[in-house]
Amino acid sequence: MDKIVLHLFIAGRTVRAERAIATLRRICEHELANYECELKIVDVLAEPQQAEVRKILATPTLIKEMPPPVRRIIGDLGGDPRELLAALNLPPNP
Amino acid sequence: MKADQSTIERLPTGIPGFDHIANGGLPRGRTTLVAGTAGSAKTVFAAQFLAAGIEHGEAGVFVTFEEAPADLRRNMYSFGWDIADWEAQNRWVFVDASPQHDDELTVIGSYDLGALLARIEHAVKRTGATRVSMDSLGAMFTRLNDSRLVRNEMLRIAVRIKALGITAVITAERSQEYGEIARYGVEEFVADDVVILRNLLEEEKRRRTVEILKFRGTTHQKGSFPFTVIPNQGIVVIPLSAIELKQRSSSLRITSGNNEMDRMCGGGFFRDSIILVSGATGTGKTLMATSFMAAGAMRGERSLLFAFEESRDQLFRNATGWGVDFEQMERDGLLRVVCNYPEVTGLEDQLISMQSEISNFRPQRIAIDSLSALERASTIKSFREFVIGLTSFIKHQEMAGLYTSTTPTLLGGSSITEAHISTITDSIILLRYVELFGEMRRGLTVLKMRGSSHDKEIREFTIDGAGMHIGRPFRNISGILSGQFTHLTPSEIERLGAMFRDDEGEVLE
Repeated sequence: MDKIVLHLFIAGRTVRAERAIATLRRICEHELANYECELKIVDVLAEPQQAEVRKILATPTLIKEMPPPVRRIIGDLGGDPRELLAALNLPPNP
Repeated sequence: MKADQSTIERLPTGIPGFDHIANGGLPRGRTTLVAGTAGSAKTVFAAQFLAAGIEHGEAGVFVTFEEAPADLRRNMYSFGWDIADWEAQNRWVFVDASPQHDDELTVIGSYDLGALLARIEHAVKRTGATRVSMDSLGAMFTRLNDSRLVRNEMLRIAVRIKALGITAVITAERSQEYGEIARYGVEEFVADDVVILRNLLEEEKRRRTVEILKFRGTTHQKGSFPFTVIPNQGIVVIPLSAIELKQRSSSLRITSGNNEMDRMCGGGFFRDSIILVSGATGTGKTLMATSFMAAGAMRGERSLLFAFEESRDQLFRNATGWGVDFEQMERDGLLRVVCNYPEVTGLEDQLISMQSEISNFRPQRIAIDSLSALERASTIKSFREFVIGLTSFIKHQEMAGLYTSTTPTLLGGSSITEAHISTITDSIILLRYVELFGEMRRGLTVLKMRGSSHDKEIREFTIDGAGMHIGRPFRNISGILSGQFTHLTPSEIERLGAMFRDDEGEVLE
């Protein structure tokens, strides 16, 4: 089974950042409960070099590293989780 | 409350000429908006702002929203800026915010540009940069498609940069040369200092100008100034008004190369003056320029000749015909002849290259033969700016300049050249054909000699293998300058003579 790797870039613990984190945790626990889900949170204030390497402009930015194709979504990911999953092309097709 | 002007410090940009028109440089610690249409050299300005800083030991951060760093490194290399080398030394850092090819933008919910701000701050702190350039804003607006958000976020970045004590340049697009300052209302957040670059098409010729629209709370030169973008240098602004004011003038006289001409001018030309010699084709303008330089060489002075009409061979042959050996003068290091066709480059570039020739050769005398050829290759406005720029440059160097100008008609007449530059020159000498009883003769007069008395008569002159010979005044003819000759009978001369008997008591023949 494919492992799902998600990187979330935030700039400090803002309201938007907390909302994005909460949304991601929720889909990992529910909609993607059958998959191995790795969520890494990068605070660009602490690690600006990470933002430089990935050329991040906006926060929050979510990058789906695995499985391919790589997807990039900006925003606090609020609202309907189905929209987010569709944009991420998740769950992966068996 | 009265604002203290001295509190607004300047940061000299190091862009040649720009600091003149900016009265010292950009307001330090603020963000200046540089707006212009496509192709107006905004990116060059932004890069040069950093490059000039690096040459003064100040590190810089370049935030690119549009071109990829690799493209910028390559494009800017032609201006002599080795960005890759500076990057290796941590003196130049890119914050790459250019579009990535895999960058398919999906937006869900709200966001800010906190990551961009963090990257800029990181780059500034890492290098100790004092200058930041951001190029160009429009690209951000088209990519993020949310003008209000981009405006707010860029304002936040501008405020943060200011708090760090950075002087910044941010470029923005204009859709037209005149009208709103920039698209997307960006002037709302960097409205304090605005510079506009223009790339105009006038009479089918490209003309670049720079205008400082405002520096809030402080001074700058008003109006637009021409500039050019040249290899190995980048932007060079031609600061007309700023340089005009500082000329000194000398009362030292130098010889024109013709004793009689010196006498007519009240003892020769002034050492740092500009002499305009105007006449129809074949009246002897090139001869005057040649004798002017030959006289310099006899005194061990160097002369620089810019020839725009005749080839080097022609010039040397002409000189030999008048008994002047240009080749010998060249061998002695007393003469340098620069021939080119004015149509090849714009006048702004021409000016820069002439200035560098002058600076390298350091002549005491400069001759330009002829200005009219340059005038034909440009717009009237550019031409006037060119002459002002060149003239003040020459005067600063304490050199004498002799310009020739060709009148379009054989008899009488004046040229547009004269109309536009006569006030700039110190002396004007007119050479004219005179039709006298079915014969073409030549006459000359000193029309103007700033700061000195001069001979006001129209004298006949001849040209032979030894040069120019100035003779007696024309007595029985009037209307030479207008070309509408009237031959006067002796009785008429008598009558006029009685009417205009001057104080010296000399009666006309």
